Amino acid sequence: MTLLGYFSLWLALVVGLWGAITGFVGGAQGRADLQQSARHATFALFGALLIAVISLEVAIFRHDFSVQYVASRTSRNLPTFYLWSALYSGQEGSLLFWAAVLSLFAALTQLLTGGRYRAYLPYVAAVTSLVTTFFVSVMLFAANPFQRLAFTPMDGQGMNPQLQNPGMVFHPPMLYLGYISITIPFAFAIAALLTKKLDTEWMVAVRKWTIVSWLFLSIGLLIGMWWAYVELGWGGYWAWDPVENAALLPWLVMTAYLHSVMIQEKRGMLKKWNLALILGAWVLSIFGTFLTRSGVIASVHSFTESPVGYYFLFFLVAATTATTILYVIRLPLLQAEATLESMVSREASFLFNNLLLIGLAFSVLWGTLFPIISEAVMGVKITYGPPTFNFVNIPLGMTLLLLTGIGPLIAWRRASTANLKRQFAVPVTTGVFALLILLVAGMRDRWALLAFSIGAFVVGTVVQEFARGARARNRQYGEALPLAVLQLLSRNRRRYGGYIVHIGIVLLFVGFAGMAFKTETEATLRPGESAQLRGRDGHVYTFTHLGISQYNALNRQVTAALLDVRRDGKDIGRLRTEKRQHVDALGNRTFEPSTEVGIMSGLRVDLYVVLAGLVNGTEQAVFRFTINPLVWWVWFGGFVLVIGGLIVLWPGGAPVAVKGSPASGVQAGYAVKLEAER
Amino acid sequence: MTAGVSRREFFVVAIGAAGAVLQDTTSVGQVYDPERAGRAQAPVTAADNDKNVQALEKRLRCSCGCGLDIYTCRTTDFTCTYSPALHKQVLAMLGDGKSAQEVIDAFVAQYGQVALMSLPRRGFNLLGYFVPGVALLVAALGLVWMLKRWTRESGAAAPVMPAAPPDASPAELEQLRRELDRLPG
Repeated sequence: MTLLGYFSLWLALVVGLWGAITGFVGGAQGRADLQQSARHATFALFGALLIAVISLEVAIFRHDFSVQYVASRTSRNLPTFYLWSALYSGQEGSLLFWAAVLSLFAALTQLLTGGRYRAYLPYVAAVTSLVTTFFVSVMLFAANPFQRLAFTPMDGQGMNPQLQNPGMVFHPPMLYLGYISITIPFAFAIAALLTKKLDTEWMVAVRKWTIVSWLFLSIGLLIGMWWAYVELGWGGYWAWDPVENAALLPWLVMTAYLHSVMIQEKRGMLKKWNLALILGAWVLSIFGTFLTRSGVIASVHSFTESPVGYYFLFFLVAATTATTILYVIRLPLLQAEATLESMVSREASFLFNNLLLIGLAFSVLWGTLFPIISEAVMGVKITYGPPTFNFVNIPLGMTLLLLTGIGPLIAWRRASTANLKRQFAVPVTTGVFALLILLVAGMRDRWALLAFSIGAFVVGTVVQEFARGARARNRQYGEALPLAVLQLLSRNRRRYGGYIVHIGIVLLFVGFAGMAFKTETEATLRPGESAQLRGRDGHVYTFTHLGISQYNALNRQVTAALLDVRRDGKDIGRLRTEKRQHVDALGNRTFEPSTEVGIMSGLRVDLYVVLAGLVNGTEQAVFRFTINPLVWWVWFGGFVLVIGGLIVLWPGGAPVAVKGSPASGVQAGYAVKLEAER
Repeated sequence: MTAGVSRREFFVVAIGAAGAVLQDTTSVGQVYDPERAGRAQAPVTAADNDKNVQALEKRLRCSCGCGLDIYTCRTTDFTCTYSPALHKQVLAMLGDGKSAQEVIDAFVAQYGQVALMSLPRRGFNLLGYFVPGVALLVAALGLVWMLKRWTRESGAAAPVMPAAPPDASPAELEQLRRELDRLPG
């Protein structure tokens, strides 16, 4: 079976190259036979890679430890749930997963894209085939998932305990789906550049793909944060780790695009900028992959440790150079159909929003790369840690949050002073009111104060937008307000779904600000002894150590500590925190013992307990107790953000492009169709 | 019984000792397999929990490669052998009467700037702090200049445009969209 998988990789390489060549040549020469062949190549490519994926999964489920990847990532007693995720838990498997999903997206694009965009499709097939071929070639020449061992071990080494968490089953594929799906808009952008059809049409074709990509990246980032919080045990969810940063970069750029694309659709402006954002987001997705797979971040000297890094570096440089040249050549064709009429307009506010998002992306990239720059230029190893990242990026984040509230309040084209006064009155009052309440309540942390009051301002903006729209529907159609709100969401999903995303962002910032009020302590407790910790919510929490128990589970030996928890003397439940010693099927210990955090989550605070270890093998245990305020709001904010994104993505009800623009063939703008009129 | 110790005193001491032993064995009995719980931990001392020590250790990076500060690493990654050793080093220096800054300076002298979680704000490192902000500022100024140019061009190209569109309610805008949608083509 693994031989079949290996051969299907070679087949994928040949088919991918064929698809790329026929796509480019067929598109350039207008030859229908080659174009058709390129289209068919995307389906064949998907078929070949699907066989490779199935082959690897079969090897994993059959515990074929003659395959190096299977032996190094799994064991006979690994729970079935994690056997699935073993596919992408290592370098070789994740490359295969990446290539297979990209080929699936490429095939879906060819199948689902309507005839209206047929001119782009040969080039889209060529680009997707080329990118897939790159990943296949990395597998074949540097990271073969079907590499065999010289001998077959009795059992595998098992999966890293930290990856044996539900979060890690869903986090990587979500993030990969986000990264990978950027390739489709990128392919359309390249197709638009090559065909010189640079109006709004290509953007309409990729509208759903861009939202899908943004949504997957968002979900991937959020699940990654949740995993870090519940699994790693350091009590936080974001550490400005290079891998986290690499995922944040394309998310920021895609967020910028989702805003600026509205200006091009409505006004025919920012064509150059929007193209650059899509091209940049894709380059950043490859750049992030290079960063995390090459080892270059740890040190410039560790770069040579992974041969995969060279492949990615070559591909990154070649793709960026080719893309930039093509983009520059086509710049004269990218002329705006309208110009800005006023500095005080929705367009201008979106431009500043874009500037901040890209500035933030640059800042994160700069911080991630600065240790390498410092080592290369000055020969000095330095740490660009969370304090430095926070110092540089928190002000930018706050300004961005402020613009989230300002943007929707300013009219398109030109806002009058009277309009501005009417629009800003309620949100500003809400923000100032929140600030005063917090000051009176004794809050003094300046960033938290800013986050909460700006958050209140943004919520004021969104509520006002919903209220005005609902009242208008109420007046016009006599709809009750709850129904009117639902109708607003249903009729203009992008606008009102976008507002819900903004609420999600506010909730996230509220959660982030809560971390300023974290309290923690360590304690050594015998059974029956208690430790107390006062939270910044004013309550005193008492943790009583009830005892230690040890037992065996499927693939691990567990040492569990049980604690009774009281708030101001009242019983609120029990917490359990564990040490897990993983073993293989033969009972051999495989990894160092890992820690399972005990978490009691609430609206105000999370109680977070870590079992550090035992004293001299007795039941006397060392614990770390942490009270993390408002963490629940981070997860809830993420949920709201995803719901908003899904509303935007949901088919129908969204603004529809209208044919017949004299300038471009596609109108620079959109119209709303009401159900009753259809 | 020896002279000087009465029978009563002997029994009181003996019962007390037995009670202490019984108390100790019932409350902190041995677990079945200590190795399952990882490396044995020493009881937490007042110095371990000292807020000043914690604050100091949060400014120093653990050298195990985890990217965390010493305090977070030693209270998170219980397999790390570096952070407990670095913690002891911090306590020893403080015990020798060094101030927090002197401890930090000693760490930098021994391990280099990489030992600091926060980049020192001097020399080349200033680029690390201020390049993003300066770049953003320059870009913002450029954007303002560009927007002004665009608005000037717009004004010159369409001088007969009204100063501002009339403020329309959402209902009016929706009505307008419906009318536009009815237009052929």
